Amino acid sequence: MTDDEPAVIRIRGAEVRLAHKTVWRHVDLDVGPGQFVAILGPNGVGKSTLLKAVLGLVPLAAGTAEVLGLPAGSANHEIGYLPQRRSFDPSLRIRGVDIVRLGLDGDRWGIPLPGRASRDARRRVGELLELVGATAYATRPIGECSGGEQQRLLIAQALARRPRLLLLDEPLDSLDLPNQASVAALVARICRDEDVTVLIVAHDVNPILGYLDRVVYLGGGGAITGDPETVINSENLTRLYGAPIEVLRTSTGRIVVVGQPESPTYHPDLAHHHDHPHVGH
Amino acid sequence: MLATDATPQLTWDLARDVHQLFEFHFMVNAFRAGTVVAVVAAAIGWFVVLRQQTFAGHTLSVVGFPGAAGAIWLGVSATYGYFAFCIAAALVIALVPRGRGRAFSEESAVIGTIQAFALACGFLFASLYSGFLNGIDSLLFGSFLGITDGQVLTLLVVGAGALAVLIVIGRPLLFASVDADVASARGIPVRVLSVVFLVVLGVAVAEASQITGSLLVFALLVVPAAAAQRITSRPVVGFVGAIGLGLVITWLGLGLSYYADYPVGFWTTTVAFAIFLGAEIASRATRAALAARRPSPTVVGP
Ligand SMILES: Nc1ncnc2c1ncn2[C@@H]1O[C@H](COP(=O)(O)OP(=O)(O)OP(=O)(O)O)[C@@H](O)[C@H]1O
Ligand SMILES: [Mg+2]
Repeated sequence: MTDDEPAVIRIRGAEVRLAHKTVWRHVDLDVGPGQFVAILGPNGVGKSTLLKAVLGLVPLAAGTAEVLGLPAGSANHEIGYLPQRRSFDPSLRIRGVDIVRLGLDGDRWGIPLPGRASRDARRRVGELLELVGATAYATRPIGECSGGEQQRLLIAQALARRPRLLLLDEPLDSLDLPNQASVAALVARICRDEDVTVLIVAHDVNPILGYLDRVVYLGGGGAITGDPETVINSENLTRLYGAPIEVLRTSTGRIVVVGQPESPTYHPDLAHHHDHPHVGH
Repeated sequence: MLATDATPQLTWDLARDVHQLFEFHFMVNAFRAGTVVAVVAAAIGWFVVLRQQTFAGHTLSVVGFPGAAGAIWLGVSATYGYFAFCIAAALVIALVPRGRGRAFSEESAVIGTIQAFALACGFLFASLYSGFLNGIDSLLFGSFLGITDGQVLTLLVVGAGALAVLIVIGRPLLFASVDADVASARGIPVRVLSVVFLVVLGVAVAEASQITGSLLVFALLVVPAAAAQRITSRPVVGFVGAIGLGLVITWLGLGLSYYADYPVGFWTTTVAFAIFLGAEIASRATRAALAARRPSPTVVGP
């Protein structure tokens, strides 16, 4: 990112408290246009909360968050959002095309009248289905689509209004390995071709490792941001968690994190001695 | 159950039968009221099925019973009792804070208790109004006798209002129903919509209760939409189809109860049940046919 380009996301000294507990604090983050950024970390560290903070859905207890040049929450019409783990009820009788269409004009009042606007909308939905490769199953009820198919349709929905920023919360969750790879490739292609900035939450960094511009590693009540190579190493993660962590690289380039606590061990009341966990970016 | 001396006879001459059906003003009013109610209930029912809020619908209909019985006891038209109690109950359900999750499922024990209490209160009001005890049947299981022109007008005006609200909020409501998180990120007032929807549902239930009785509201509220959603997953087709099925159920139910002397509640529910069964069979058959066309390597056996 160069200095003259306006930041898509600029977070400074942010802290979020939920139910009187600090989820994370001292979080700084800069994301430039067209970047592909991963938010990593074990369960419960506040990855989803970070996306919600970017959307302005959870308030900051401290610090500031600017998104697309405006305070978080003010530019949501330019953000596509895919929340965590939404498999649709198998009995839900709504087609994939309808789900995508809702992303386009689902927030308008009144009913759509036939005419030019309606034709344009249908054409745009067709384009989106083409883009994510979902045309073949778009007219099936979404509840009957597989997890990967639903994920593609939801990505199409999130892209409907040509957002400048795409927030994806564990889109690879519950997919098998080939599907993880192809959905990751799809998101990376959209990021590049449509010039959309992508913030993606992932439990496992490996499927997206090849595409990443930077990562945000959450843990221990704070975050480390930077490029993947410098952030994901034993020294940083050990400091972040305050426990010995080993980062191994396989010969194929995969990253394995050993000793990472699965639930947050961080207790803000006991953590006064913690250093500022942020190591710069 | 008819107020006439001569029992009407089916002649198999359709024109004559229909003419005979509308010979009496009470029958004309029954069809008018039934038509209004069928349209409103099926339209709102489409969202009820989609949002899986049939339980809320059932609670509202049960609460309508003491409302109607109480109104009659006080010498007011049952119509007002239905509306007052159903709308009040809808507001209570909507505004009582509940935990995360959908449609107060965790409080179902509480709601069950309230339902029993509501039925008991209705029974009490009906007994207090001596001589009216026979009328309990029609409050619980429906009646189409003695619907006045004024009542038809009330049903029409209130129903049109409810439908207008539903049409205005329809799209965001659909979004919020299938995908509340994304909808609220898009700035749709999800919470407000669910309150408004429950009030509209209260209105629809109050209207339908006046034809089907409190206990058989589902025949007009849930069955048309459930059947339509089994047949099609296109929202607009399903919505319009639900209304069509609702009309079929109501008209056939009224016609049958005019000629075959069983209560209208029985006939509408029977027609509704038959339609639902047909839709279920049809959807299974189509799915089987589709599966047969799409050879699946995982299926073993004949
Ligand atoms: N609405 C809420 N009220 C109170 N606490 C909450 C709320 N939502 C989340 N939390 C808490 O905040 C912390 C972070 O939650 P979050 O969902 O952001 O974690 P996550 O990193 O996304 O986890 P996962 O990998 O399981 O999705 C957790 O400890 C969670 O219990
Ligand atoms: Mg999460």
